[in-house]
Amino acid sequence: MAKSKLTVNGTAQEVDCDPATPLLYVLRNTLNLKGAKFGCGLEQCGACAVLVDGEPVLSCVRAVSEFDGQNITTVEGLSENGEPNAVQRAFIAESAAQCGYCTSGLVVATAALLKRNPQPSREDINEALADHLCRCGSHVRVLKAIDRLAAAGGSHDR
Amino acid sequence: MTASLEKQPNLDQWLAITGDGRVVVRSGKVDIGQRISTALAAIAAEELDVSLDRIAMATVETGVSPDEGVTSGSNSMQDSGQAIRLAGATARRYLINKAAAQLDVEPASLEIADGLIRSLDTNRSVTYWELQGDQPFEVPIDPEATVKAPGDYEEVGNPQTARGLADLVTGQPVFVHDMNPPGMLHARVIRPPHYHARLHALDESACERIETSGVRIVRDGSHLAVAGAEEYAVVKAAEQLAAAADWDMRGGLPTADIFDAMKTNERVSLPVADGIPRREPVPDLPDPPADAATTLTARYEKPYHMHGSLGPSAALAQTDGDKIHIWTHSQGIYVLREALAGGLGMAEEDLHIVHVPGAGCYGHNGADDVAVDAALVARALPGTPILLKWTREDEHAWEPYSTCMAMAVQASLDAEGNVVAWSQESYGDTFMMRPRNSPPGEGARRLLPLRYIENGAEDPVPQPAMRYHVGIHRNLDPLYKFPNPRLVKNLVRGLPLRTSALRTLGGFANVYAIECFLDELAEAADIDPVEFRLRNLDDDRAKACVQALADSLFKDSKPDNRGRGIGFAQYTNSKAYSAVGVELEVGDDAAIKLHRAVISVDAGQVVDPDGLIMQSEGGFIQAASWALHEEVKFDRDGVTSRDWDSYPILRFDNIPEIETILIDRPGDPYLGAGEAVSGPAGAAIANAVYDTTGLRLRRMPFTPEALRAAAMS
Repeated sequence: MAKSKLTVNGTAQEVDCDPATPLLYVLRNTLNLKGAKFGCGLEQCGACAVLVDGEPVLSCVRAVSEFDGQNITTVEGLSENGEPNAVQRAFIAESAAQCGYCTSGLVVATAALLKRNPQPSREDINEALADHLCRCGSHVRVLKAIDRLAAAGGSHDR
Repeated sequence: MTASLEKQPNLDQWLAITGDGRVVVRSGKVDIGQRISTALAAIAAEELDVSLDRIAMATVETGVSPDEGVTSGSNSMQDSGQAIRLAGATARRYLINKAAAQLDVEPASLEIADGLIRSLDTNRSVTYWELQGDQPFEVPIDPEATVKAPGDYEEVGNPQTARGLADLVTGQPVFVHDMNPPGMLHARVIRPPHYHARLHALDESACERIETSGVRIVRDGSHLAVAGAEEYAVVKAAEQLAAAADWDMRGGLPTADIFDAMKTNERVSLPVADGIPRREPVPDLPDPPADAATTLTARYEKPYHMHGSLGPSAALAQTDGDKIHIWTHSQGIYVLREALAGGLGMAEEDLHIVHVPGAGCYGHNGADDVAVDAALVARALPGTPILLKWTREDEHAWEPYSTCMAMAVQASLDAEGNVVAWSQESYGDTFMMRPRNSPPGEGARRLLPLRYIENGAEDPVPQPAMRYHVGIHRNLDPLYKFPNPRLVKNLVRGLPLRTSALRTLGGFANVYAIECFLDELAEAADIDPVEFRLRNLDDDRAKACVQALADSLFKDSKPDNRGRGIGFAQYTNSKAYSAVGVELEVGDDAAIKLHRAVISVDAGQVVDPDGLIMQSEGGFIQAASWALHEEVKFDRDGVTSRDWDSYPILRFDNIPEIETILIDRPGDPYLGAGEAVSGPAGAAIANAVYDTTGLRLRRMPFTPEALRAAAMS
């Protein structure tokens, strides 16, 4: 057992666990943040994506000890006072989820993309979402949500 | 009257009015991302004249919810939708009459707005909640109840926001994977290398080390599991136990080429007429008729496909005395209860099964099996809640797949290009292995974990499905007016992999074959593919669907380097009609780039237009993924498609623009639409590849290797 210090969704956390524990398990079990999902445990599907210091990172393999001192934002942390933020609202407006299991990861990846690049080309989007799988076929709606956000330009918080 | 209503004829089984101003709607159909709860809520709100936010869709659970079998076959709108529509209409009339008596006015003088019943004559009023709050109706649903006229609809057919969508995008704990009751243990199973292997021995010292670390080992015969409070410790313990297990491999999987095996293996062959197999001898393929000018023959093939749910299956189970409670994303809680009660020798009442969302699946994935895994561990650790999750490898290697199929087609054209003979034989394993317990004993055979426990069940022996348009013969019967089509289903024995229901069953493969072969015939007859289809259809709605698609797909000319293709079917020749068009490009690397798709759908009265469009888009994307990429691979030692690298699926970089045209039919019956697009989509892609390359792709998947091989031959 060892202690790792993380800031998660703005709150400093000290977690005491096997330092090899993947970050995802700490988020879901220790911190009870169920937004990030276990999809493969192989960094192949994107369901577990979170933001680390603003950059999208897959959390299902890398050990919590690697993230010591870093700022983690999960999909829950994107919401503002419990209300959906601009990215989440765009996903709702475009019905960009069916079963919703991949959705957290896609919301997180979209938020990171648009912060970096408010007017992404289709190639930029493809690259940003290259690690993300969706099995219900909601891709078209996710692309529309991103278009909607890009069209709104920088006028929205992200 | 639908089967759902026959089984549950009473209003209280479907609807309740609460004292605090809500309408609780009970359906036996579960929401798996197809937005059925959104559509059902709209129907209930419409018929009852209440606002949508008053509708509470009840959790689906045994003993409480209506038994509507399995959420499958695109039946939910036709079954549950129609039942709730009539329940709402019955309740509305009941409440009007009750209000009239209470207010001492004529029922005809009353109007309703959001559950407030007001007399136009006296201005007196009463609400549903005052009249009926928390009281049973105790009346049957009137199958002849007057339902609202489509012209008066306020909710049905309007844009809806999917129920629960905000929770999904904000990461709220809605999935069974997210459950966390006090005292819960995490659990994993350790599966054999393949179906036929059984546990020979376990390294005792490794087991001791695991148990000393605080993780429990639960073994019953060859069924092995671990459970503990810390999930990551359980994950590691499962890996250690897997390494400590010595399996008796018992020969391994048959390795003969599956497409050869479908030609040579023993099989049950039945002629199919009007969509129904007959217990009769199969007629020989006759010589082409005297007026045949051209006769074409082709064999189309598809490999095994997996559901590939993005989240591996999971379930929570807990015993309570003699009872077991199970929380599951099974698409059929009542059939699971029946099969598991049979398998464990329990009374059905002692099993309480609750539906909780899981990752989308559209068929029979690992959901039912993992529920049994969890129940077995819960039984060994009485009173403790057990959350058992499969790994990615478990899901990929152990879910029941959609069977490989082969379709042998032959047709003759006369000198005018009329089809004067048509024969199709379809081959494959069963699609019909969902849980059930008939005949008795079948429950244990159909639930995977019960084959591995001590004195476990034998593998099930599939029997040919005999109902209308199910299994291998779903959409075997072409909607086209061909004279005396010769149709045969062949249930092939001895194929290597475990199979069951996946979206469309045999419909995907059969429509792929029919619609590609139609293009082959159209070319032989020198007739445009759209014109050829229209000539051979006599159903006006089918023709309108094809025409709507063609009008949009061919509106503008295409770039020279692209091909276009179409496909059409009416799902099960009785549900939604759909035509699909595709515009694509084959690159120098022989990879198919999808540029544009057009879908036309006639699903009768449209309730939730955006939901219908999403089902169509999702159906297209899944079918495109099947067609371009998917193939379950295996060798003697087991399934080798064990992750997303070894079983690739379609990604964001190949999603076309999709236009969906809804052909609304106000007032007409709902036609199930969740599976209507898949078959036409697969055929449209193959036909578009032919259009641009001249390569006729008769075996999926259409990988660059397959295209290069086709170009060489």
